Amino acid sequence: MIQPNDSFEEIESAVVRFAGDSGDGMQTVGERFTDSSAFAGNDIATLPDFPAEIRAPAGTLAGVSGFQLQFGSREILTPGDVPDALVVMNPAALKANIEDLPEGGMLVVNVDSFKKINLAKAGYDTNPLEDEEFRKKYHLIELDLTGLTKEALAETSLKPSDKARCKNFFALGFMYFVYGRPLEPTLKFFDDKWAKRLPELAEANSLALKAGYNLGDTLETARNRYQVSKVAAQPGVYRKISGNEALVYGLVVASKKANRDLLYSGYPITPASPVLEGLSQLKKYGVKSVQAEDEIAAMGVALGASFAGALSVCATSGPGMCLKSEFIGLASITELPLIICNVQRGGPSTGLPTKTEQSDLLQALFSRHGDCPLPVLAAHSPSDCFDCGMEAVRIALTYMTPVILLSDLYLANGSEPWRIPNVVDLPGIENSFANEDEEYVIYRRDPETLARTQAIPGQVGLEHRIGGLEKGEDGGVSYDPENHEEMTRLRADKIAGISKSFDPIEIRGESEGDLLVIGWGGTYGAISSAVGNLRDEGFSVSSVHLRYVNPLPDELGDVMSRFKKVIVPELNLGQLAMILRAKYLIDVISYGKVQGKPFKVSELREKFLEHVN
Amino acid sequence: MSTTITEGTALNKKDFATPNDVRWCPGCGDYAILNAVQRTLPELGIPREKFVVVSGIGCSSRFPYYMNTYGFHTIHGRAPTVATGVKVSNPDLSVWMITGDGDGLSIGANHLLHLLRRNLDINVLLFNNRIYGLTKGQYSPTSEVGKKTKSTPLGSVDHPINPLLFALGSEATFVARTSDTDMKHMVETFKAAQSHKGTSFVEVFQNCVIFNDKTFGPVTSRDSKDDQVLVLEEGQPLVFGANKDKGIRLNGLEPEVVTIGDGVTEKDLLIHQPKSANSAYANLLAQMSYPSFPTPMGVMRQLDGRETYEDALCQQVSLAQSKGDGNLQELLTGRNSWVVED
Repeated sequence: MIQPNDSFEEIESAVVRFAGDSGDGMQTVGERFTDSSAFAGNDIATLPDFPAEIRAPAGTLAGVSGFQLQFGSREILTPGDVPDALVVMNPAALKANIEDLPEGGMLVVNVDSFKKINLAKAGYDTNPLEDEEFRKKYHLIELDLTGLTKEALAETSLKPSDKARCKNFFALGFMYFVYGRPLEPTLKFFDDKWAKRLPELAEANSLALKAGYNLGDTLETARNRYQVSKVAAQPGVYRKISGNEALVYGLVVASKKANRDLLYSGYPITPASPVLEGLSQLKKYGVKSVQAEDEIAAMGVALGASFAGALSVCATSGPGMCLKSEFIGLASITELPLIICNVQRGGPSTGLPTKTEQSDLLQALFSRHGDCPLPVLAAHSPSDCFDCGMEAVRIALTYMTPVILLSDLYLANGSEPWRIPNVVDLPGIENSFANEDEEYVIYRRDPETLARTQAIPGQVGLEHRIGGLEKGEDGGVSYDPENHEEMTRLRADKIAGISKSFDPIEIRGESEGDLLVIGWGGTYGAISSAVGNLRDEGFSVSSVHLRYVNPLPDELGDVMSRFKKVIVPELNLGQLAMILRAKYLIDVISYGKVQGKPFKVSELREKFLEHVN
Repeated sequence: MSTTITEGTALNKKDFATPNDVRWCPGCGDYAILNAVQRTLPELGIPREKFVVVSGIGCSSRFPYYMNTYGFHTIHGRAPTVATGVKVSNPDLSVWMITGDGDGLSIGANHLLHLLRRNLDINVLLFNNRIYGLTKGQYSPTSEVGKKTKSTPLGSVDHPINPLLFALGSEATFVARTSDTDMKHMVETFKAAQSHKGTSFVEVFQNCVIFNDKTFGPVTSRDSKDDQVLVLEEGQPLVFGANKDKGIRLNGLEPEVVTIGDGVTEKDLLIHQPKSANSAYANLLAQMSYPSFPTPMGVMRQLDGRETYEDALCQQVSLAQSKGDGNLQELLTGRNSWVVED
């Protein structure tokens, strides 16, 4: 192991961003830096940011792919507003990212890509690295990454072009030196990934990584080194987890807890495809996965499986939700349990398919025709997708209803450390199955939950028909006007009553005061950080983050009324704000943003400050 | 499809009737088909609780409400997806899907294609009446060109889909046709569909007495059927006609109608071979249509041996599980965890 010979400056947290061409391996080095920081015991949050095109023309702005992470010895809730250090592999990456780097920030540049042709592709008339003012503005570190990597790999058998492709790991090694990161997790990664199949590649990448690290040791300009100590975390076993991974695990654990085989049915769509891929690998756990011919079919397969007794799950994104709407209505009127996950992205239409947004809330609440309320949950962090997956299953099976679970691209692709729960300690989930020894009345309801019971094909003597036509309690088709109203109200009351099973609202801060911030979904980290900072400065600001968007928690109106002002920041044009205004007749302030990017802590702080005193 | 025969109390037709009033129009061909299905099911040796009838939307799709089995009346065109979900979830069930020409070949054609190519062990009965009945008489994708309806006052201009060619094009492993006018033939055909392992596609000529009465009359009516219907029997020459004196002979790649006698004997005729590996013969039958040819009725294609989707899927799951049930705690922990000590 390389011994550092410099003294470190102790810092509480740092934000590092890697940016390069889509093919430069920026997501890979970002993930490795994250693993290494987790291994070092830091808290972390990540923000992968990549274009919709798999390989946009090389060297262009459209092809820039980035990965930002924040790591710290304190609680880290967001990937950071602005980077402390920016690594750019080409002029386009510089151009796309430099505005975010504060003056004095560390800028590591792969100088050999700053040739005329690449500068032109990025829209630079002159080389910014030759501009004296630019050079003075940042802590600039110019590295000929291609040349240095080739040199480091001179003895290996790789082709010259393949050698150059290892330069991302050279850059990573250099950044490991700057931030005193351990190399072991990355070396282990090379070993796991390539040692058997392509041992020469594993060796080359290891050499590049170490050479990058060693360069830091000898380079005068890299004398500033930073140390970020371990975060004081609750004892336990931890791992790094992304929102989509957590969702997959939550659903599988819930299926075992409910003793009901999981059937997943999906159609590939960004950013939900990893849920399909993840569950397809879990056949060992009894998971059946179907890649359907389209989004509608995915929902139909899930509904059919639910009728036959499976725990059925679909995951999609906004455009897929549009296509599923008619089937969701059928699931509602037939009162079958089903989980529909919407990993939201920028819309409408194809919109911003690889950027985050929270603009499908009203769609989740209202996309069906008819009066058709459904439970809607929203996860607030990558690891919370696990809990929400389990909670969605609990609600679906207890109340015999489809449940919409909202995640978003930011949570789906972002990662954080997760304290792994003990599976045996997690609560069991009850089913509402019918009993063969009793008369089966399809829509007879549990007086407490208003849920019907479910008879599964194969159960003797419980043969029955369900379908999209309105039914009477006995399951017969009924066009009776009063019956329709009664059934519509019963279905609505059932959903409204789910709130009785919720834990009390958690208020961050005092339970009364000047300003209450209400958020939902992936904005949790930014809102909590901004509110926390303002409270530390003595402002009377509290926050509530909603897991349940429908039904809303019973006491939410009371909580809101105890504050002078209520503000709702969300990554849409005010969808939750509209619901709260309509439901509580409170003049909530809406703060919306739709740029495909998460909130910055600083912009929220500024906005909240406008409304206190 | 085929399902294991189970011992049990003998069932009869009445066991499959529901107390619900059947609400098709008086004289609708659907009554006869319902009757045929209710006669077929008790003879299959399958307990009643293992039947699931799934439908889409349309007159035909009210079918599940009249069958005393498990049933699901779903949404327009999507029955194949729901039927797929039921079958994949529990392959032990006998799944019957009821659809129509609009439901199955217009709004739901895509799903039908994928059901057929996946070869789930499901019986599909497509009631073809060449009209939209439940929406009161617009032309359908199987209506003949020039069909005058409320939505096509000057006649329809689009070429119709041939349901059998659609199924063959989707590489269905069982393709058959029957008619609501022939109870015995329907029961035989439905039984054959059930005994086939894989998706069984059956087109049923069905009369809409209100909006498209006698659309198949020239073929299936009492007066015309002997001369216009070619009943298919495996291993037998293609013979038809009231006097059994006409047959189908192959001339190059073209079928032709010939009269037996005049130097033509049965030996010259095509022999019905539904199990032929190549689908060319079935395609040839499917394209024979009124008035140039007699209309074939019966099983046109039956390809055994292709694995069903649900079997292949379940095998993958069993294989994965044969190496030991998954340990959830290990799954959650993954390969890169770390411990924070007290």
